[in-house]
Amino acid sequence: MQDLSLLFHGFAVVLSPFNIGLMLLGIVLGVIIGVLPGLGAANGIAILLPLTFTMPPTSAIIMLSCIYWGALFGGAIASILFNIPGEPWSVATTFDGYPLAQQGRAGEALTASFTSSFVGAFVAVVMITFLAPIIARFALQFGPPEYFSVYLLTFCSFVGMGKGSPAKILVSMMIGFALSTVGIDIVTGQLRMTFGFESLMKGFDFLIAVIGLFGIGEILLSMEEGLAFHGTSAKINPKVVFETWKKLPTYWMTFVRSTIIGCWMGITPGGATPASFMSYGAAKKFSKDGDRFGTGVLEGVVAPETAAHAAGTSALLPMITLGIPGSPTAAVLLGGLLIWGLQPGPLLFAEKPDFVWGLIASMYLGNVAGLIVVLSLVPLFAGILRIPFAIIAPVIIVICGIGAYTVNNSMHDIWFMLGFGVVGYVFKKLNYPLAPLVLALVLGNNAENAFRQAMLMSQGSLSILWSNGLVGGITTLALIMLFWPLISKLIHAVRPARPDKLAEQQPVD
Amino acid sequence: MDEPTKTGDDARRVVSTRRMEAIVAALLLLFGALFLYQSYKLGFRWAVEGPQSGFFPFYVALIICGASASVLFGALRGHMGSDVETFVARGQLRQVLAVLIPAAVYILGIQLIGIYVASAIYISLFMRLMGKYSWVKSVALGVVICVLFFFMFEVWFQVPLYKGYWDVTQWTGY
Repeated sequence: MQDLSLLFHGFAVVLSPFNIGLMLLGIVLGVIIGVLPGLGAANGIAILLPLTFTMPPTSAIIMLSCIYWGALFGGAIASILFNIPGEPWSVATTFDGYPLAQQGRAGEALTASFTSSFVGAFVAVVMITFLAPIIARFALQFGPPEYFSVYLLTFCSFVGMGKGSPAKILVSMMIGFALSTVGIDIVTGQLRMTFGFESLMKGFDFLIAVIGLFGIGEILLSMEEGLAFHGTSAKINPKVVFETWKKLPTYWMTFVRSTIIGCWMGITPGGATPASFMSYGAAKKFSKDGDRFGTGVLEGVVAPETAAHAAGTSALLPMITLGIPGSPTAAVLLGGLLIWGLQPGPLLFAEKPDFVWGLIASMYLGNVAGLIVVLSLVPLFAGILRIPFAIIAPVIIVICGIGAYTVNNSMHDIWFMLGFGVVGYVFKKLNYPLAPLVLALVLGNNAENAFRQAMLMSQGSLSILWSNGLVGGITTLALIMLFWPLISKLIHAVRPARPDKLAEQQPVD
Repeated sequence: MDEPTKTGDDARRVVSTRRMEAIVAALLLLFGALFLYQSYKLGFRWAVEGPQSGFFPFYVALIICGASASVLFGALRGHMGSDVETFVARGQLRQVLAVLIPAAVYILGIQLIGIYVASAIYISLFMRLMGKYSWVKSVALGVVICVLFFFMFEVWFQVPLYKGYWDVTQWTGY
């Protein structure tokens, strides 16, 4: 009950004119970021982060998280109207969304997608409201071995649940860890891995990596196609909205299923993209109209959108309670907390209740505001996609450059950004996943410290990772995840599985 | 970007996916080896006060070497990446380089004359050369966007951006 009164206090914090203004600004910026190819939620927030340094942290997190909600909504607009997924998690939305738009039912598809996004996110926020304080209280008892085992679980999950070659997932993740060790070792104070270059002394900032890998890399990929967009136009009027809303309750089972998939994939670092594909696959399997999926069924839009939003939102649960982000975007928000001088993790709930509950309250209000904004402004956002790429591309590169510079006011960072851009382009084409690299770069120092402290406690014996039920359970689960590709191969050898056509179209995130 | 339709030359491939797979894996192996060497030099064992600086990076580098060696091996044996699949075609590579090289020149420009002027020139030239817009339109938009950025960063948010080696915007007083 005490938590509920804290939540209402949070609403009071958010409902100041200044914060509401920032919220709307964030949503609009977020939708634009989500619609534009080359600018995603992660690098968009990374670029805008330095602008919030002078704001109070609560206002800053409200604006940045609203950019995130906006980007989640915006990805669907490009998918449905232009058949170009603005974000990786909206690839599955194109399967049924674009056919619907071609049939002249774009308004219905957009309404269904926005509404189901809203439902997915809303349920996830309710879950966060009730689970977050419990997890935070529980996590207060964590010591270094527990923390290290949770880190281990996070990273092993990438291998176990990721798509594509386990070796590539491992390489990508370890490069992140390796880059995080560059600079001064905070335990011994020694310089390391700088190879004698002075510019490497400060190490690699993960925000630079995010801007380069996702921003510049994406632009290079888009350039290959020599992009020219051909899209359908959409008008949404209240009549279409209400008629679609009347149809949606019949899909209640899809909503429930997709929300559960989404929340689960969001808390574990599966992320929004696999969640949207799993949910689409499950809906196709269980639906009466399963065979008609892909030709323009409303249910085929509802399923991936609900799951993607539920996953995107619940990725913030481990971020605020444990300091372990579930997605690159959550990682960027975590970076923001550190810059504003807040230590994410269980203590945050006790020390900064204003901030935590303000954030949670803004999730409720941000999603309501987001739904209203996107429903009423769709034609405007679709218009952005009609701006020729020859104007958008250089402007995005300029914005990325400015964003990279403002992180540390360092000219070197702009060059590193370009380097990361080339790496991002090559990795994406060869299906090396980028999310593990970014998360490892963010968490590298913390994971290393937790590991060293745990090792110190046990005098170098790994047995401390099984010293009690909790830490032992998590470690064992992590190892199962790590070896899951081998285990599932064994299972398949005994019982051959049917080839999964849907999975082949899923991008490696 | 009204490129003429793809001619035979444009579609010719530069490198196959399998070869690229092998090249990248070899580079990653080298990267891992470099880190391995560095952490070896730092000391990767236990000292009196606990694990040395190179302890954690050593094992990280070891995994990089192992995993990239397995990708390299797979590519050489033909398990990974196909010979038929094209990693990048000539026309695509030209498009990518047409963005990448000017971007590098642009960053050099930032270093010399600062973000605002370099950005205005970059946007104008990109629109003119890649988008075939008229000079007037290109220059006008480039300048307008950068003036907008100038006010946004220097005046409203008060986040000073890089003015370059030769500070050509000094007369503005920011």
